[in-house]
Amino acid sequence: MHGEVVVNPVTRANNQGQIEIRLERGKVADCRSSCFFFRGFEIMLQGRDPRDAPYFTERICGICSAAHATAAAFAVEDLAGVRPPENGNILRNILLAADTVQNHVKHFYLFVVPDYAAGPDRPPFAPRYRNDYRLPPEVNARIIRHYFEAADISRVAHEILTVLGGKAPFTHGILAGGATVPPDGAVIMDLGARVQKLKEFVQNKMIPDAHTIAGAYPEYFELGNRPLRLLNFGFLPVDPERKRFHFPGKVVEETGMREVSVASITEELRHAYFREHGEPGQPGTRPTEAQPGKPGAYSWCKAPRYNGKAFEGGPLARLWITGHYRRGISAMDRIIARVLETDILCGLIEKWLDELQRDEPIFTPFEVPGDGEGLGLTGAMRGPLLHYMCVRGGRISRYDIITPSAWNFSPRDAKGEPGPVEEALVGTPIKDPEQPIEVGRIIRSFDPCYACATHLIAGNKRLHQFIV
Amino acid sequence: MAREKIVWLITNSCGGDTHSFLNAYFPNYRQIVEEYFDLCYNNHLSAAEGNVAMDILEDFINGPERAFTLVVEGTVPTAAQGLFCIMGYRNGRPWTAVEAVRDLAAKARYAVAVGTCAAFGGPYAAHPNPTGSKPVSQIITRPVINVPGCPAHPDWIAGTLYHLARYGEPRLDEYNRPVLFYGETIHDRCERRHYFESGIFAAKPGEPWCMYRIGCKGPVTHADCPVRHWCGEHVNWPVGSNTPCIGCTSPEFPDGVEPFFERLPDLKTPAVKVAADRVGLVSGVATALGIGAHLAANILTGRLGQTIRKGFAGARNTGVLRKAARQKKE
Repeated sequence: MHGEVVVNPVTRANNQGQIEIRLERGKVADCRSSCFFFRGFEIMLQGRDPRDAPYFTERICGICSAAHATAAAFAVEDLAGVRPPENGNILRNILLAADTVQNHVKHFYLFVVPDYAAGPDRPPFAPRYRNDYRLPPEVNARIIRHYFEAADISRVAHEILTVLGGKAPFTHGILAGGATVPPDGAVIMDLGARVQKLKEFVQNKMIPDAHTIAGAYPEYFELGNRPLRLLNFGFLPVDPERKRFHFPGKVVEETGMREVSVASITEELRHAYFREHGEPGQPGTRPTEAQPGKPGAYSWCKAPRYNGKAFEGGPLARLWITGHYRRGISAMDRIIARVLETDILCGLIEKWLDELQRDEPIFTPFEVPGDGEGLGLTGAMRGPLLHYMCVRGGRISRYDIITPSAWNFSPRDAKGEPGPVEEALVGTPIKDPEQPIEVGRIIRSFDPCYACATHLIAGNKRLHQFIV
Repeated sequence: MAREKIVWLITNSCGGDTHSFLNAYFPNYRQIVEEYFDLCYNNHLSAAEGNVAMDILEDFINGPERAFTLVVEGTVPTAAQGLFCIMGYRNGRPWTAVEAVRDLAAKARYAVAVGTCAAFGGPYAAHPNPTGSKPVSQIITRPVINVPGCPAHPDWIAGTLYHLARYGEPRLDEYNRPVLFYGETIHDRCERRHYFESGIFAAKPGEPWCMYRIGCKGPVTHADCPVRHWCGEHVNWPVGSNTPCIGCTSPEFPDGVEPFFERLPDLKTPAVKVAADRVGLVSGVATALGIGAHLAANILTGRLGQTIRKGFAGARNTGVLRKAARQKKE
């Protein structure tokens, strides 16, 4: 079976994308991952008050807003040379971890499960592909019940952000300098009860359901595989100084695990809708302008590379680094690692609630310097997230963002080497090109967020070298 | 009652309003899709993808008039022939958000803009608006019901859709927002209003007093957050978490309400001229005048603390206060 197959829109992802595949003898011979969605956040940030960056950049993404707030807060703190008090660090960790739990629960049930379990024959479950739903009826029905429960559970996770930050998404609780809700007895009790509810759901339903699906679709431990190239930035700092992290920042390759050097990151534009200026550059080293319709380009997502190679981020990368999970690099491994990480995060939130000190400060007041620069790196729901700000005359003069989805969903680079999702799709057998259900399953194992994927780097200044 | 069909387009958006909608409590997500509405299309939630998804939309475009309610979440980018946002492939070519919104709005019973981006432009049309993004009301000619908020509260979304399906159009304010949810200002219903009256102000985020001095936009923001609370389960709201309201339901959000941590009379934005023009159009302008007069009166009678008086010294020349002072004289 030969031919071209285009899946557009890719749904059950944060915003829509496109996957184009070329089939040879029933298998994916070639593939292009595209993102047709562009906003220009970095341009809009210019001229704004640096203190606004956490709230403003949260608006990049409705499902992972706490991660953007965190990266922006880190960048402002780097700029101002300030750190939160111990309590502030813990509270912000609770906010980010709870948002990650919200993301993982929603992603697994609302986005992934409909690829494996058939919902009732009504919207939003129908119409759908009609092939390859393998679960026995009673198991299928149970998982669909959990699908609906998952919406309530992800709301409980959002409620943790609401208790500590007024609302969710776009919580107000993560600020440069710390957090804003003092951890009194009532708050700690409330959060403890909510996280207990999350943990029960994750342990009793989500993890077993993931294993049930993995058992019924075992070939997905082979499909969606790609070379061992994983990247994480430090996720959830142990100390306010951010010297140590609960999930350390590392680069993982066959040759071993290393520290991350931001200086090794480049961004390539050959196949992205941006005007090229010579050789691939480091983030922030070259001006970039949008060029819709550029010949040879097929995505608004640029191609970040580490030492010239494509790396993937996300729960699998993090659990590989901590040693919690190292079975393999496949579609199902990504899904299993994500549900396991959800449980680990619930346990961490419980631990942090015990560590909070009543009546101790939660926020460090500070002055924003008129000039300077700041770098904020954090692990996010889908992988490594970078925010960089340059400030002149008390206002943001340049802002750079490299998101996890830019890494995972990047198009080809200048050498023609594919991005991680493209690598993962090549070789996948497609049984029915009219209903390419296999493609969506593999894409969704990466937890696509097209809203985050497209960002541009503008400006001429070199990003200072930074060892994570 | 027949379930109203909902076609929910996510254009240039972060998806935050869909995620907020999923936080609905009574009715919750299950009740919404099983009992209240047929959520026929939503990019985040539809099991359909690719051609199967496009067929759903195609059927609505070619189907009977007024058979569904169109929800649009996100701005509609108009620069670069709309290529900044592609919704799918139609008739063998990329189908832009501009086309999608127009094609579907032509058949819809109601057009509802959910979130501040779709309603007013919001963050994705922020200065200098690199994608030429516009709110839905500037893309189609028919009236649009606006349900702003960044994100919109789940009750505002579900409540508006329910009202439309069951009783028709709710009473709307001058910005086409349902008065039901956006009828009064945050400031008028704020649980910390007594601190404002007494001149007890927070000096930094995290303090349990009035947030006015650290930038609260409650006085010019119309929404019922103080009494409704977030998320679905109504547990807290931004001022309750000791942070200022940032005015996210306002037509001028975010440019007209930034910096978020600067108090109202000091409005300064990257688009200074734009903002200066816009201030005159601020939805809460009447309230702003009201509060200005109120404050000025209090300052004159010496009821407010030394700090706030000092704070206002630098803001003496702002239009709002000048006008307030003039009114006071008259």
